[in-house]
Amino acid sequence: MATGASLTLDHFLAPEGEKPLLRISTAGSVDDGKSTLIGRLLLDSKQVWEDHLDEIGRSKVNRASRGVDLSLLTDGLRAEREQGITIDVAYRYFSTPRRKFIVADTPGHEQYTRNMATGASTAELAIILIDARKGFLAQSHRHAFIAWLLGVRRLVFAINKMDLVDFSEEVYEGIRKQASALLVHLDGAQADFVPVSALDGDNVVELSARTPWYQGASLLDLIETLQPPAYAPQFRFPVQLVIRPHLDFRGYAGQVASGRVKVGDEVVALPSGRTTRVKRIVTFDGDLDEAFAPLSVTLELENELDIARGDVIALAAAAPKLARRIVANVVWMNEHALAAGATWLLQQGPRTVPARVTKIVHRWDVEKLEALPAAALQLNDIGQVEIETAEPLVFDSYRENRSTGGFILIDPITNLTMAAGLIERAARLEQRRKSRIEFESAAITAAERTALYGHTSARVALAGRGEIAPLAERALIEQGAHVFLRDRDDVAVDALTGAGLIVLDTRPGGEGGIDAQGLSADPDEAVLELIERLRRAGVFLDHDAVQPGEGI
Amino acid sequence: MSDFVLAHLRALEAESLHILRETAAQFRKPVLLYSIGKDSSVLVHLARKAFYPGKIPLPLLHIDTTYEYPEMIEFRDRFTAEIGAELLVHTNDRAIEQGANPYTLGTSKCCSLLRTRALVEGLEAGGYDAALGGARRDEEKSRAKERVFSFRDRDGRWDPRNQRPEIWNVYNGKVDPGESIRVFPLSNWTEMDVWRYIELESIPIVPLYFAKPRQVLVRGNTIIPLESNVKTLPGEEPRTVMCRMRTLGCTPCSGAIRSEADTIGKIIDELAAMRRSERENRVIDHDQEGSMELKKREGYF
Repeated sequence: MATGASLTLDHFLAPEGEKPLLRISTAGSVDDGKSTLIGRLLLDSKQVWEDHLDEIGRSKVNRASRGVDLSLLTDGLRAEREQGITIDVAYRYFSTPRRKFIVADTPGHEQYTRNMATGASTAELAIILIDARKGFLAQSHRHAFIAWLLGVRRLVFAINKMDLVDFSEEVYEGIRKQASALLVHLDGAQADFVPVSALDGDNVVELSARTPWYQGASLLDLIETLQPPAYAPQFRFPVQLVIRPHLDFRGYAGQVASGRVKVGDEVVALPSGRTTRVKRIVTFDGDLDEAFAPLSVTLELENELDIARGDVIALAAAAPKLARRIVANVVWMNEHALAAGATWLLQQGPRTVPARVTKIVHRWDVEKLEALPAAALQLNDIGQVEIETAEPLVFDSYRENRSTGGFILIDPITNLTMAAGLIERAARLEQRRKSRIEFESAAITAAERTALYGHTSARVALAGRGEIAPLAERALIEQGAHVFLRDRDDVAVDALTGAGLIVLDTRPGGEGGIDAQGLSADPDEAVLELIERLRRAGVFLDHDAVQPGEGI
Repeated sequence: MSDFVLAHLRALEAESLHILRETAAQFRKPVLLYSIGKDSSVLVHLARKAFYPGKIPLPLLHIDTTYEYPEMIEFRDRFTAEIGAELLVHTNDRAIEQGANPYTLGTSKCCSLLRTRALVEGLEAGGYDAALGGARRDEEKSRAKERVFSFRDRDGRWDPRNQRPEIWNVYNGKVDPGESIRVFPLSNWTEMDVWRYIELESIPIVPLYFAKPRQVLVRGNTIIPLESNVKTLPGEEPRTVMCRMRTLGCTPCSGAIRSEADTIGKIIDELAAMRRSERENRVIDHDQEGSMELKKREGYF
């Protein structure tokens, strides 16, 4: 048991440069041979137990044209074994000396979009199966899109049944080209194309002599060596449990969702906004000086704050967003359709709040990548909605952070999970707040401007950090602020602040205002920190913003 | 900024701690199903970590069929006392009184009464709304599709059509009175992961897992260690064989394997070389094709 002696991170780390656990999602139709491909990976990496093979030989159902029907290895439930179709997300495990793989295997039919989304949600890599004879179909497009939507940035297209197209380079190139038309729209996606024959084993584990024109790696080699994207850099710690064995210890137990934290760091607890410092990072094996995602630890803080399950602890300098109205993409997972006005429970990690879908913005036509108007979302639809919650949500956009940008919707009556949600951003108010300016000839006061604009005027001294000014300007404008970027001396700061604007002043000299000293070197983080400084200085009046020390 | 990456056992560990904490937080009255086996031992070890520096905030429940190996019972009592865990034991007394045993009933029916029925009754008696277990998805085909949080209806039954999609690591544990959730924190662990973790953390396990010369009955491919409640068949002679249990079950129904592996390290090497499935020697899984699935539909783990 721990005695207070410090533990180093070496206790937890993988050897330098390695990533020993990889989560993969696979998608493809029954007929594309996906089950055969997985069966081949399991068999050739020697993960199949011999008696499972015996059992399949004994089984009444054997659909393969030659040899043992490898797909029977992966088909589970009895009913499915006879129909030859998988109906759910199945998790398979295999490892090579270099890496352990968790494979979320999902069906290919359109009516299993929810299963695909589920499998892709934790994946770092997606293997999308294509039948070489059929080419890049609408369903391949759908699979790639869903994986990408759920945050998978490494896509590996396994072009199967090459044995049936004579291992033709032309066919392979044709499919690559078709896929590229989609990939152009998938921001940040990295794609690989591997020509395989799952049935015969070409390019699955070993490179095949039958594709001399192929310059890439075998499928297994590829998935064994690629480095998937890391966790988001901002520190996020959703509190799961308060551990209080006796009066002298109060610890907040949770899993670091992203980023890193060190003992001594100044942190903020949201949504309350109270700040303090990290006193200890406690684990069963000893105290750590530093913790990173995805470690599960217990944080002890210097001040006794009223933090409960569901609160998020973040670095004070780079906190997540807060909003009571958000725009999100949702994958609808239930037979009961979604209509605007319905109320749900929104669960985000350990936090559950009542929520209402106020508007269905549109439904995505996944195949044409078009937004279509919709009055309702049906099972397996993907659409964009506006949601209003009873308490402010603490979040990052899903694109920035898969851990803090996702949520599920639960039906409070049936307890069923109805949808997966991916937060895009806070929703902007459609109408300006009702103006308190009356139509008379009195001069407009600063207070009136403030009430109308939603913020006080401010000067931000950005001399020396001019490079973040355009980004800061954009970030502020998107929040609805009235901003001016001052990069010339002949525009007076007074005149600008007098007009109620937030002035981003990149010219040297000048007095007063918000400082840019000590902002992060990384531009995105610096802008986040800057906005936080403005917020803490009381510049914003939005009721969703956080004032330190105030509860909501 | 350099990116720290966890070793794979530490990544699995972190995930399991998260699941254990969610269970303690979401449910009114959770319990940990303790079968004394290696998976259970890992589960209890993880529970100690999850709630540290507090104690494990839920009881360990052992479903005692009365046909367990005496070594298991002794280990159970000693270990739980050592770590200060609350141990509860439940047996299907009525079935025992009526003489339930695998010889006359056959293993299918006996398991149904002494394991399945006892489990469902034990959980009901305690009013538990969540039961943690050490089951893994790689153990058997029907478990591959099991969720981490697996919904059970009022009768403790599992319906594949009734489960909730499990996205990211967000677990929906909402239940109505009488309903419950089975939670499997070791879902993504393989048999090899379990053994390597036992080695890494020096977790104590039942001595039956280690090879030593034992008195056994050899029946075809199956080696059954001789214990007081194992009946010899007419003409059967016990022999001494160097063997160990790869998986623990009841004495009359679990086979041992010939082995020289008397340390964790040797067990791991043997496992790597071995290709026989964990459950081949648990006679109950071969009763019918898809037998595990049938048992799940009935309510067995």
